[in-house]
Amino acid sequence: MQANSLTTEQIRALIAKGKLKDSIFKAMGIACLALALLVIVMLVSDMIAKGSERLTLDFFTNFASRHAGQAGILSAWVGSLLVMLVTALAAVPIGVAAGVYLEEYAKRNWITEIIEINITNLAAVPSIVYGLLALGIFVYQFGFGQSILSAGLTLALLILPIVIVSTREAIRAIPAMIREGSMAVGATRWQTCRYHIIPYAMPGILTGVIIGLARAIGETAPIITIGALTFIAFLPPVPYTTGADGVTAGLFDWVMSPFTVMPIQIFNWTSRPDPAFEVNAAAAGFVLMVMVLSMNGIAIWLRYKMRKNIKW
Amino acid sequence: MQIHDKPTLKAEARNLNFYYGEAKALKGINMPIYDKKVTALIGPSGCGKSTYLRSFNRMHDLYPGNRYEGEIRFFPDNTNLLSPEVDPIEVRMRVGMVFQKPNPFPKTIYENVAYGLRVRGENNKRALDDKVEHALRGAAIWDEVKDRLQDMAPNLSGGQQQRLCIARALATDPELLLFDEPTSALDPIATGAIEELVHELKKRVTILIVTHNMQQAARVSDYTAYMYLGELIEFGKTDEIFIKPQDKRTEDYITGRMG
Repeated sequence: MQANSLTTEQIRALIAKGKLKDSIFKAMGIACLALALLVIVMLVSDMIAKGSERLTLDFFTNFASRHAGQAGILSAWVGSLLVMLVTALAAVPIGVAAGVYLEEYAKRNWITEIIEINITNLAAVPSIVYGLLALGIFVYQFGFGQSILSAGLTLALLILPIVIVSTREAIRAIPAMIREGSMAVGATRWQTCRYHIIPYAMPGILTGVIIGLARAIGETAPIITIGALTFIAFLPPVPYTTGADGVTAGLFDWVMSPFTVMPIQIFNWTSRPDPAFEVNAAAAGFVLMVMVLSMNGIAIWLRYKMRKNIKW
Repeated sequence: MQIHDKPTLKAEARNLNFYYGEAKALKGINMPIYDKKVTALIGPSGCGKSTYLRSFNRMHDLYPGNRYEGEIRFFPDNTNLLSPEVDPIEVRMRVGMVFQKPNPFPKTIYENVAYGLRVRGENNKRALDDKVEHALRGAAIWDEVKDRLQDMAPNLSGGQQQRLCIARALATDPELLLFDEPTSALDPIATGAIEELVHELKKRVTILIVTHNMQQAARVSDYTAYMYLGELIEFGKTDEIFIKPQDKRTEDYITGRMG
């Protein structure tokens, strides 16, 4: 029985017309995606081609040097990792706590509205502005100097909005019935957060944290602003070891140490006249890419591992 | 059926009004809940039966803009559950709830049931084990899960999940148990199991159940309340309500002329 006035042929013609548009859009989508991927592949392969001759073990274990062939990225990658450590330790507790507060505790009123809008705005503030702020507050006001601590806290400020927003989004994805189920047995808000909301939001939070760190590790401008060194031939003191000066380092002495980071090392090498340093820059750029990509890889893997057990 | 002169009161709504912001969802409800009995709330969608049910454990307090007027007296201690001086958490410690859709936590079967006890500060492994087993037996699911208490609860079937949620509510020995259309997401066999369980449970706990299924109300309840547009139209013994309703609107609803 035919309910409408169209014949079978007309229906088929209509579908064919619709399908044609479908295929056109699909082809365009694939073309755009391919173009984007092609550019990335070209950039990375160019870096590998240029820098591959310098990618030896020595490159990772040597300090910077005036001789391009002997220069390495030891202080840069160690500095980057330590700065990231400080950044994560500062940004994660503050960001997660702020996100949980805004989602679970805060009343909906104009004050929270303003806070919410400004968190989004903070994510758009140019990173150099954070650098200027940190120079005034951390470096001079608090007297942290041009240290790993100052750099870590600066980048923590920079990624805080990312952590807060991803925490909130992860919390919002938890169905209301789970929260109600917890409250219904007589749990307090904190018990509900502690046993349910935070654990179930963790995969999303971690993803946000790592995406934030991946952004922070490549930041150059704010780190230059607070005065990272471009040439440094020593590592921050390892806790409880005695240095050449005979002083035994305390557990946290490394945070006050001067430092450099990967992007600054790269920037420094590219600005030299000797073309041999460009090879170093390409090699270091490739290492930085690998660091960022492996952080993203870890994020995906962790999310997969943790989500396996969370379903409703 | 044994006839008691006057069943004991467990709770009583007195002049209960409820507002979602400006919208008045419950209008002057006066109704007794009798101890160790099953009371069914029936009525068409949007009539306020779930809203009424959720007032008993102050679930509305979780969301802004909700407001109660009137009282729900809870006996034997004559506490007003809706009083601003009474902490909603205290209320929820005494009044358990089972939801429309099974909502087990994404944790193990054991942890789901133990949660209410942990919230109350119980950390003794032996005590937890005992109470978890007792609650799972009470919810008629022990035999199905006793060998896999460490499995994840969301992997259970829908009917098992709902009985697990009942066990979770039972573990803390509530005085009143609220069921919000507990079988609407379940197949007929799982529904039968839950109904049988409700029948069994009224020996130890007072039950208030919202249902859109009139046969279910007739099967499981001792008392039935018919609600319409936020008002309590009629309340009485289930047999009487279903055999000779006093109000024309109740009659129309249960005979299927409306709703």
